[in-house]
Amino acid sequence: MSFFRAENLGIRFGGVVAVDNVSFEVKRGEVYTIIGPNGAGKTTIFNLIGRIYPATSGRLFFDGKGINDLLPHQVAGLGIARTFQNIELFEHATVLQNLLIGRHRHRRTSLWQELLFLPSARAAELAQREAVEKVIDFLDLAKHRDSLVAGLPYGVRKVVELGRSLATEPRLLLLDEPSSGLNPEETDDMAFWIEDIKKHLGVTVLMVEHDMNLVSRVSDRVLALNMGTVIAEGTPAEVQASPAVIEAYLGKAA
Amino acid sequence: MRFLFKTSYEQDLRLFKHGGQVFWYGLLMLLLLAAPFFAGEYLMSQLHFICIYSIVGLGLMLLVGYTGQVSLGHAAFLAAGAYTEALLQAKDVPFLVSLPCAALLAAALGFVVGLPALRLKGIYLAIATLAFNVIVEEVVTRWESLTNGNSGLHLKPVSLFGLDLGGDAGFFYLCVALTVLSVLALMNLLRSPTGRAFVAIRDSEISASCMGVNLAKYKTLSFAISAALTGIGGALYAHKVTFITPEQFTLLQSIELITIVILGGVGFLHGAVLGAAFLIVLPQLIALAKDLLPATMGGSGLQSIVFGLVLIVFIIFEPLGLYGRWLKIRTWFELFPFYRAGMFRRQKSYMKSERLR
Amino acid sequence: MLAGVAQGCVYALVALGFVLIYKATETVNFAQGDLMMLGGFFALTASVIWGWPYWATIVFSVAAMAIVGMLIERVVLRPVLGQPAFTVVMITIGVGYVLRGLVTMVPGWGTDTYTLPTPFSEGTFKMGGVIFAVQEVAVIGMTAALCAVLYAFFRFSKLGVAMQATSQNQLAAAYMGIPVRRINMFIWGLSSGVAAFAGILLAPVTFVHSNMGFIGLKAFPAAVVGGFGSVPGAIVGGLIIGLVEAFAGRYLPEGFKDVAAYVVVLAVLLVRPSGIFGETARKKV
Repeated sequence: MSFFRAENLGIRFGGVVAVDNVSFEVKRGEVYTIIGPNGAGKTTIFNLIGRIYPATSGRLFFDGKGINDLLPHQVAGLGIARTFQNIELFEHATVLQNLLIGRHRHRRTSLWQELLFLPSARAAELAQREAVEKVIDFLDLAKHRDSLVAGLPYGVRKVVELGRSLATEPRLLLLDEPSSGLNPEETDDMAFWIEDIKKHLGVTVLMVEHDMNLVSRVSDRVLALNMGTVIAEGTPAEVQASPAVIEAYLGKAA
Repeated sequence: MRFLFKTSYEQDLRLFKHGGQVFWYGLLMLLLLAAPFFAGEYLMSQLHFICIYSIVGLGLMLLVGYTGQVSLGHAAFLAAGAYTEALLQAKDVPFLVSLPCAALLAAALGFVVGLPALRLKGIYLAIATLAFNVIVEEVVTRWESLTNGNSGLHLKPVSLFGLDLGGDAGFFYLCVALTVLSVLALMNLLRSPTGRAFVAIRDSEISASCMGVNLAKYKTLSFAISAALTGIGGALYAHKVTFITPEQFTLLQSIELITIVILGGVGFLHGAVLGAAFLIVLPQLIALAKDLLPATMGGSGLQSIVFGLVLIVFIIFEPLGLYGRWLKIRTWFELFPFYRAGMFRRQKSYMKSERLR
Repeated sequence: MLAGVAQGCVYALVALGFVLIYKATETVNFAQGDLMMLGGFFALTASVIWGWPYWATIVFSVAAMAIVGMLIERVVLRPVLGQPAFTVVMITIGVGYVLRGLVTMVPGWGTDTYTLPTPFSEGTFKMGGVIFAVQEVAVIGMTAALCAVLYAFFRFSKLGVAMQATSQNQLAAAYMGIPVRRINMFIWGLSSGVAAFAGILLAPVTFVHSNMGFIGLKAFPAAVVGGFGSVPGAIVGGLIIGLVEAFAGRYLPEGFKDVAAYVVVLAVLLVRPSGIFGETARKKV
């Protein structure tokens, strides 16, 4: 039984077919990367999985369960977390609060417990804080803990974005271009973190990425898309050597 | 300079951040408790109103400042609370029961308003709430068998556990107690997952829902709690003015409620109280100023002009409101002489299209 | 029923002024009604106090309000460029308060209610078996004339085309050499002029007084029904609201007329928020 499966996935916006008959499977514990030129539909697939857009065709299965009819917050409740290409953090909150919101699906207190701040609510808060501190340790965010996100540099925000999705304790992590906008040093850190996420946290990673070095370094398998359709699938080396992929990126040999 | 060293997770959960806060708020509470003994009747009356509008302001602050919604129709919830209280009291329902009923009815109404809010944002939501307010006002006016229409309803003084709380002091303690409870309840919410969910919705709905926040649930909850607080304020308001008519709950009243939030400082609980105080004190100041100005500039026009000017000036020069200004002053003293001029400056941005929110 | 159309024309004009501003600057101008009121008072001054003829009054009032509108934009709205829409709305609400207060404090204006003399008699005339009121026909006719003028302006004049550009994409317009901030100022001027025109047309029905601007609130339902940000939508929306009110006043019990517009707008918001001509846009993440 595959961990995550997309079958004949497709979506059209009016006359534009953004994703066309895409099928792939992600095995538990692997790092699966989707590559393709801009506009290939990679982020759209993420939005389909997260149920931000409804698919016009095809089905999605997570751990054997169909997720086509769920609402975004229910998808999160199943253990699928994602980062956003253009960083959708909560700007007027601190890094700590951003990460704590990531813990929302683990909320066990009721409204009345919170209004009166009963000892059970207090204990739950402290437990959430401990969980978040583990993420802060993992990503080295300690010195930014109490800073408002609005004033942080881009590189740090990307890490906070990653941290927030890790705080949800996901089973499947969707990373949308984790290295875009990062300098080589930060990209290196990101590579280490992805490897750690895979090996030590046991989280399955589905990633969209442009940086081929990063892709080769951390991915187990790669899917190449162009104009919404699949053009190649396999190990990083296989896909990079595939003529269809080369043509998509560089054009036909004259 | 004061340094706050964080040594435990508990510290971040505390309501008072350090001893200094405990001292000052304690002093405030003592002053409030002693107020009926040295304040005259007029001042007490103003304090009553400040408490009442603070509670309403807190409700509105939760919705607008912390959940990022809009409401130009909160006077409708005020009316719901006021009329429920008036009608139940006429049927000899004890205050301990009628007050929660007022809150519940207002909350239910808030929930109803919250439902369209799921699909509407920004100006659309503002217009929807505005329309709601006008319709409620009209319904209250026309439903004469229930509400006595424009002839209004009378209220007797509050009676709690057999005590007559109609007098200045009794009613004052009741208002202060309810205000303090409201503040505590909201502070508790804000340090819990629910409060964080509200803030998440304010800042980015899409990523909030991707983090597991059920938008429908929390938006309607925010409206409901906000309306409930406003309903409680409405019930107290009804007892304060002892005679309610539909004309007290118009769109203009809703706009005044919103100005509490804006003048006080959007996003700070203190802002609700400061804004309420300012709103009550402003007409007194204008009346005082009238004596100093030449006779031609009298009339109700002056109040309107000053109100509008204050609103405009605050938004242009002090968008963080009264509490924001207080924060700046306090930070200046705390960090003296290291206060940096640009500490609270907002990032100047180009107009971000709200059509794509 | 014609009265409904005539009233709808006034709503349409207020909505038009308000949509013009919204399209260009995404500002919702809650003071539009009060601008209309001020325009009515300027007309009153020219007509009654100075004794000018009706048409000169119109020109004066529109021109004066255009200047007032530009001033408001320059002094009050320019400083808050870039702030969230909610705060800008509150500023316009503040402007409304100031305008209402100022009007009551001007000697000769104050809080009284005044009649604005018009050359259109109270009379009626018959055409094709139907009775028309001269006043109402005049309102409809003048509104139509104004719409034609505005259409020509936006389509054919340089300033009009520049305004269209800024309302669609501020950054691109700036790159094309259009002085966006100055154009915004002109748009406010134009919008206020249209408001003045609406005030003059409305004066025979509601008379001129400082609270006359509250009718302007009904422009919001008009704009929503027609589709926010759509100029033809504002006109159509205004006419629809005017007709709905007329029908409600005629066939439904008392009191429904006042809320008819709001019930309609709630229904539209729940079913199709983008209105008749409006556009929906979605954020790309």
